[in-house]
This record gives sequence, C-alpha cells and structure tokens, in this order.
Amino acid sequence: MREDDGSRRRREAFAVLAAAPAEMLARLWRESGLPDEGALLRGPETGLVALRGRIGGGGSPFNFGEATVTRASVKLPSGEIGHAYALGRDREKARISANIDALRQKPDFAAAVEEKILGPLRRELQERDEQRRAEIAATRVEFFTMVRGED
Amino acid sequence: MYVAVKGGEAAIRNAHRLLADRRRGDRSVPALTLEQVMEQLALAVDRVMAEGSLYDPGLAALAIKQARGDMIEAIFLLRAYRTTLPRFGYSRPIDTAKMLVERRVSATFKDLPGGQVLGPTFDYTHRLLDPALAGDEQPEEPEAREPAQDGMPRVSEILAHEGLIEEDGFLSDGEEPADITRTPPEFPLGRDARLQALSRGDEGFLLALGYSTQRGFGRNHPFVGEVRIGEVEIELDVPELDFPVPLGRIRVTECQMVNQFKGSMKVPPQFTRGYGLVFGQSERKAMAMSLCDRALRAEELGEDIVAPAQDEEFVISHSDNVQATGFVEHLKLPHYVDFQAELGLVRQMRSEFEERRQAAANQPERKEAAE
Repeated sequence: MREDDGSRRRREAFAVLAAAPAEMLARLWRESGLPDEGALLRGPETGLVALRGRIGGGGSPFNFGEATVTRASVKLPSGEIGHAYALGRDREKARISANIDALRQKPDFAAAVEEKILGPLRRELQERDEQRRAEIAATRVEFFTMVRGED
Repeated sequence: MYVAVKGGEAAIRNAHRLLADRRRGDRSVPALTLEQVMEQLALAVDRVMAEGSLYDPGLAALAIKQARGDMIEAIFLLRAYRTTLPRFGYSRPIDTAKMLVERRVSATFKDLPGGQVLGPTFDYTHRLLDPALAGDEQPEEPEAREPAQDGMPRVSEILAHEGLIEEDGFLSDGEEPADITRTPPEFPLGRDARLQALSRGDEGFLLALGYSTQRGFGRNHPFVGEVRIGEVEIELDVPELDFPVPLGRIRVTECQMVNQFKGSMKVPPQFTRGYGLVFGQSERKAMAMSLCDRALRAEELGEDIVAPAQDEEFVISHSDNVQATGFVEHLKLPHYVDFQAELGLVRQMRSEFEERRQAAANQPERKEAAE
C-alpha cells in the first residue's frame, strides 16, 4: 500500500516536471543549490511516441499521430537512479528532471526538491490553468428566452 | 545504345543559394523568429503538425519558415524528419472527457452539462479585413469569469442510454490497433487504420469529400453532436517504471458527428456516428474527417456504395498529400529517355496510320478500274 502511494507521488512529480516550462525549470535548478551529480546512464535522447485515441472517444484504440519525446536516466554517486520523460526535444530539461527524480528518492533531499523546485512549478502550472479556465469560462453562452406575444 | 547525361550540378547549387536568398527576402525586413510563427501563425503550425503527423510546434514552425509558407512542403519536411527518430512506444489512449477544454459546442443539444463554450473562434466574426492588424496595436486582455464546476462529459456519453444513438466504435477484442506507419495499408481496412489515415489526411481533400456527401454524393444526414478543442494528457507505459509516465499535454480537436440513419437489413433505425480527432485547433479538418469516417462505414452499415466518399480505396489512397505531391510533382523531373522512346513510338504509329489512309484512299480507284 505504501509502495503504491510512493508511485503515485513519484508519478505526480513526473507530471509536474514534464509540464514545466524549460527555462523556469533550469532557473529553479540552478538556484536550488542541489548537487548536479547524476551520471548519465541513458540519453538524453529524443524519439517518437505513437499517440492513441479511441474511436468515438471511448471505443477501441487507434493510432492518430506521433509526438517527439525526450528522455534521460541518471545515477547518483550514492546509487539512486532517476528517470525523466517529456514531450518535445529539450535534452537539458530531461537531464535536470532525471536528476530531480533521483534526488527526491533520498530522504535528505526530498524536502528541498519539493520546496525549491516542485512546489514553485506546481503553483505556476496551476495558476496558468486557472487563468485559462477563467478566460474560456467568459466565452460560455448564457441562453435566455425572449417572451413573445400576450400573457 | 544508352547515353548517360550528367550536368546541372552548378545550376542546382546556385538554385538552392537563390532559394535561400528569396526565402530571406528583403534584408531590411527583420527575419521571422520561430517564436513568432508559433505564437502568431499557430493554426498554420497546427495544420503542419496534423498532416505531418508529428506533434512538435517548434519543428512545425521551422518547417513553415524553411518552406517559405508552402504548407505541403512544410508537411513533407516534418514527415521526412520523423523517419530519423527511434520509436519509444505507443501511448495510452487519450481521454478526451478529461480535456482541459478551450472550446466546446454542440449543434444538437442546447443545454448540455458544461454548456456551449465558444473559446477563441472565428465564428460570428464578420470576415471584414481589420486594418488595425496591419500595425502593432495591443489587443485587450481577455475577459475572465469564475469557471462553472459542472464538468463537461462527451455528448456521446450523455446520450448513450436511450439506445437511439450507436455506441462508441468497438473492434474485435484484444487486437492491436493498426499502424499504417509500420504496415502498409491493405484493403479492406479496419476503422482504426482508416481513422489513422484520415487524421493525417489532407484537409482540403477531406473537406471536399465531406462537402460532397452533404451535396448528395453519399448523403448521411449529419449533425455536429459536439466539437471540442483543448489539451489532453499523454501517458506512456515504460518497462523501467511501475506507473504510466505522464509526458505532458497536447492540444487536439475532436468532432462527434451524429448521423440520422433509416436503418438497413443489418442495422435498426438509429443515429449513427462519425468520429474526427486531429492535432491542434483544427475544427474544419476534424469535422471533415468525421463526415468521411461516417461515409466510409457504408459497407459496415449495409448501405449502397454509390459515391466517391464511400469508396475506401479511393479516399484513403488519395488522402495523403505527401504521397500525392510526390507522384504529381515527380512529373517535372527529367523524363528525357522515356519521352524519346514515346516519341519514336508515336512517329512509327503515325507513319503506319498514313500508310493505311493512303491505302484506303487508293481502294475506290482500283475498284473502278476493275469494273
């Protein structure tokens, strides 16, 4: 059960890192003072992921195109292995993200990673989404009925 | 005798140099940046990604710049690039019900959960050229409003219960979806392979075919059940991690076409459906795709195949504009030897024709002489 919870949180960190604007991530990483010590095990390398939709929205899957994806894996001197995957071709973003994934597995660093990197990114992403939702909501049609004739 | 002809190296080199010069244009005009293309020609970027079948706005913007705005050339560049990359895997199917919606309209149901949300649309504009855009006037900030929390289920889910609208399409269980980028399509195709081809198909071609069904060539009585545009999460299963890895979000357009159907020997009267799913904000393409998807289900639904849009081999074989442009445009490349051979043949046929005509002209005289 605890392992599932760990996976869920690690997955959430992956989601934040994948969605992170590359420049902001690089800046937070630089300013965090966290050790940049991961040795690259794989990549950073760019490849394709075939994207699937579902017929009618919820039916059988079908392939409808591809996207560029960049991934990296690193190993810390203390042995933790970190991975990263994100849409696009930003190799530095993948390398930094893999380091962050490795560091957050170390109890000594988990809190700093959360406070200095994942927290600010999460807030930024949430603000962007909320802003967008609010702008879109203003274009929702409010129907009203015209009363015609007598009575 | 075969004579190899060489030459043109210098001409080709200089032509490409001239192309680079013309691409740049007047040097006193600032060069376009890829950011400008991505931000301000976003729908051109979307189209190149959709028909290039590769989601990467930066590469699509580069392709548009390199192609001098020639969309099919840009699509060709993107297709060529994708062949240089390894394939990491297949994503989990996207869930459009969980989309971060930017636009959602239904032409069939006025009051549906989530409502009619117009988003950034050209609809209801007056199509008058705006001279202000010739300058650099700052537009107003968008209006904002507290979003409603009523959710936005797909229209197909709302209607499924009565049984008057067919379900989402289900193919036989456990079968891997077709992938026309790996296995060349063989007719007849499954609906999965057709949808893959249509999703990357030429917008103009599919638009014309969709229009042809409306004009009576394979009429299928369509209503837009729903069009939605927005961002969906992509997830990938990888061996090194025990959870589906989120890769980020992409923008897609989905169209649910609902078609009146009087029934056939195989299927009772009901509303049938056509489906469209396209990269980016591409409403016209998604609608055209769903019209074509429905038309191409003629055989499955027991309809007579009487129109081009219902002919699977005709539609799918000609929908890819990279294939089409390759075959049409190759005609301008040197065919000197082929043409010489044809010329010889036509000369010979012409002289035989003249001989026959001469012979025919002489015949009545001989007949007279014989009498």
